[in-house]
Amino acid sequence: MIRFLLRRLAQSLLLLWLVSVIGFAVLHLAPGGPLAEFTLIPGMTTAQLKLIAHQMGLDRPLPVQYWEWFRRMLVGNWGRSYRDSQPVLDVIASHLGPTLELMVSSTIIAILLGTWVGVLGAIRRYSVFDYLATVGAMIALSIPTFWFGLVVIYIFSVELAWLPAGNLYTIGNGSFVDYAVHLISPSIVLALVTIAIWSRYLRASMLEVVNQDYIRTARAKGMPERTILFRHTIRNALLPMITIAGLQLPTLLSGALVTETVFTWPGMGRLFLDSIGYRDYPVVMGILMFSAVLVLLGNLIADLLYAAADPRIRLD
Amino acid sequence: MTDDARADFGCSPTMIHGDMSRRRLLGATAAVGASGLLLPVAARAASKPPTRPTGHMTIGFSQEPTVFNPLMPHIEVDQGVHWNLFSPLWLANEKGELVPQLAAEVPTIANGGISKDGLSWRVKLRPGVKWHDGQPFSASDVKFSFDLLNNPKFRAWSRGGYELMRDIKVESPTEITWTMAKPYAPMISILCWTFMVPEHILGKAADPNTSPFNQAPVGTGAFMWKQRVPGDHITLEANPHYFGTGPYLQEIVFKYIPDLTVMFTQFQTGAIDYIGLQGITADHYAQAKKLKDRTVVVGPAPFVESIMMNLSKPQFKDQVVREALYYGMDNKTIVEQIYYGLPKLTSSYLPTQSWAYNPHVAPHVYDPAKAKSILDAAGWKPGSGGIREKNGVRLSFQNSTTAGNHVREQAQQLLQQNWQDIGVEMKIKNMPPAVIWGDYFNMSHYDTVMVGEDFMTGPDPDVSQFFLSAAIPAKGGAGQNTMEYTNPVVDKLLQEGASTFDHTTRQKDYWKAAELIRHDLPLLAIFQYATIEGTKKNLMGYAPSVYVSTNTWNVNTWYWAT
Repeated sequence: MIRFLLRRLAQSLLLLWLVSVIGFAVLHLAPGGPLAEFTLIPGMTTAQLKLIAHQMGLDRPLPVQYWEWFRRMLVGNWGRSYRDSQPVLDVIASHLGPTLELMVSSTIIAILLGTWVGVLGAIRRYSVFDYLATVGAMIALSIPTFWFGLVVIYIFSVELAWLPAGNLYTIGNGSFVDYAVHLISPSIVLALVTIAIWSRYLRASMLEVVNQDYIRTARAKGMPERTILFRHTIRNALLPMITIAGLQLPTLLSGALVTETVFTWPGMGRLFLDSIGYRDYPVVMGILMFSAVLVLLGNLIADLLYAAADPRIRLD
Repeated sequence: MTDDARADFGCSPTMIHGDMSRRRLLGATAAVGASGLLLPVAARAASKPPTRPTGHMTIGFSQEPTVFNPLMPHIEVDQGVHWNLFSPLWLANEKGELVPQLAAEVPTIANGGISKDGLSWRVKLRPGVKWHDGQPFSASDVKFSFDLLNNPKFRAWSRGGYELMRDIKVESPTEITWTMAKPYAPMISILCWTFMVPEHILGKAADPNTSPFNQAPVGTGAFMWKQRVPGDHITLEANPHYFGTGPYLQEIVFKYIPDLTVMFTQFQTGAIDYIGLQGITADHYAQAKKLKDRTVVVGPAPFVESIMMNLSKPQFKDQVVREALYYGMDNKTIVEQIYYGLPKLTSSYLPTQSWAYNPHVAPHVYDPAKAKSILDAAGWKPGSGGIREKNGVRLSFQNSTTAGNHVREQAQQLLQQNWQDIGVEMKIKNMPPAVIWGDYFNMSHYDTVMVGEDFMTGPDPDVSQFFLSAAIPAKGGAGQNTMEYTNPVVDKLLQEGASTFDHTTRQKDYWKAAELIRHDLPLLAIFQYATIEGTKKNLMGYAPSVYVSTNTWNVNTWYWAT
């Protein structure tokens, strides 16, 4: 176990380093740069631009810039955002909360509904419900989130005026109920696709398990269907879902760009888009490293959970 | 202006015809409010500002304000916040009149504030003004602000004009003097947009570029810093010790809503009380006008949409080509079909509201037959593929603008068609803002760009930075003459116009320059932008202006009618 962890850690560090090199190179070699924001300021001179480039350290050779960035990152100094001159870690932290809030609530909705639809679809295979769920999942997967979000806003906020048209909370209110009400529309919009994916995976996984010998054995020894379902079928069918959930972790924290834009949600997805648009190198690199760590962490956790859930799997 | 603004202005244009009609329009909307059904007529008619700051107001912006040190490089929405936190020495109101703010009066040659030769300046300051932290404001803060702008280590927003200042002297806490290296008339307008910063805070900062002040600003404005939620909103609260009129609102919130359709929806639902930069898109205007309890105002903006040409490219060296291109453009269709008829056609780079706007400049005429005949006469004959050429130069070029701006893309396609009809090939190659408005634009790597630009210097009609031959960045010049336009007569006129304080002389110079530039056609003007913005009907005080880049310049006088 320890050996496995150490090996994974070494692999992960190497991977992270590679991600940082490639990310840094691609970002800086892409056309354009943060100076575009300054060139348009009235009265800006070439000499002044050079000075700004110098102050931002952009006039140094790329390997030097990388080394400076890397050296500081190791000791926890991830630089400052070009947009608002705040430390990168603070910028990320301030956008993490809203994203986490949205993701947790939408994931809970997605898992609950997805599991229900998936399980029911599998045990009542080819029923009306199953067909409806299949068609529904296809539709959910093909609806553009942006459009769906706007439709939800149009119906529930503009026409019916039941729900707010986005935003984290009503400025000046900020009570728990207010937060919760604001979460409803974006969580549902975001959950829709996950419900579809999750229910399809679970249905397939369930169908595989129900034909296994041990289920037949359980049934043969007279175990009630309900117990079979909960103790044997679902438990085993959920195993592959652990991997899917593990892979889901990074998407949870890296934000949902479209949903965040439609619902004016100040999360990570929008931060990433804004930072890319501005060529805010320190923040983009910060988000990149942060996401890479999450991917690796998600995989590791999935592997560990898998081993814990399935005694047949040995990590060494 | 900024990349994003350039991008978005394509979606939010319009225009009305001058100050009078704008005021009339505002007056009309106020009258509608007075007869509104929601509130008793008597209450509306008697509506006046509350005696103490009351209520709060949410402003929607489609870009996020992130720079709060007003002397550092910033964009329009940042300035929209600065107007409320800080004060300039004086400002230009929506009629273009200069109104003293931190200064006790606006210096002129007549009142002796500026010497006859335009070199010595003496500004008397308003006594008793306090910073938000209670410290007194004085002339040394003004000196500090000017010095900071000229500090080579400081990332200054602009040094234009300030670099001419010499011997800045604090004569007394309420009086400051300086000498200019040469007379420079636009200085008075530049100072309209220069906000004073506190010496007692920034003076102690080890590095003014990264001082904590930049995220917790202290000013002399009508509102004080309260809170910023990054990526979401900024809250300011009323300054009880504000020296000027108001404020009448207890709290104002600048809410960042990155998508214009979403911002409009939030305006519909009432989540925002005022829809500011970049406003309502032209395609939503008809719907917006019908909204209940909302006032939608088509106000003027200083930006002019044009095709800028890079005159260093062989295709554009011949004036006849540029003139033919202009004859070949169906600008009317662009405005009517693509921009819903809202912006106003123009052939000038100055907004019609400016005192230096020359109404006699030849208007644009769409005449493809004439375009063809002058090209024929000048020897530009159709070659392979019907594209005209002369001495090995084909009339084929690229046009670029910010990628993803669908309205502009439609206009580009129309122009492509227009010019194909006269035997000119235009290829469209659009790019993301961080690419196009970087070196590609600034160092004149482009053939042509489609861009909405404010050519003035703050509220002053001086356009030197765009048309002086010494303002070509690709040739090491200071300015934004990326068209590489040179005309010695225009140089002389613009220089004379900027160095005299005599209004008549300035106007004469600028009118003449406008005629010459209209003849030379370094850029092909299409229309003057305006903003379509709106407020809730009972929000009073909104006054759009061409003399500012964001219309939150007078929120201190805004209030809720009761």
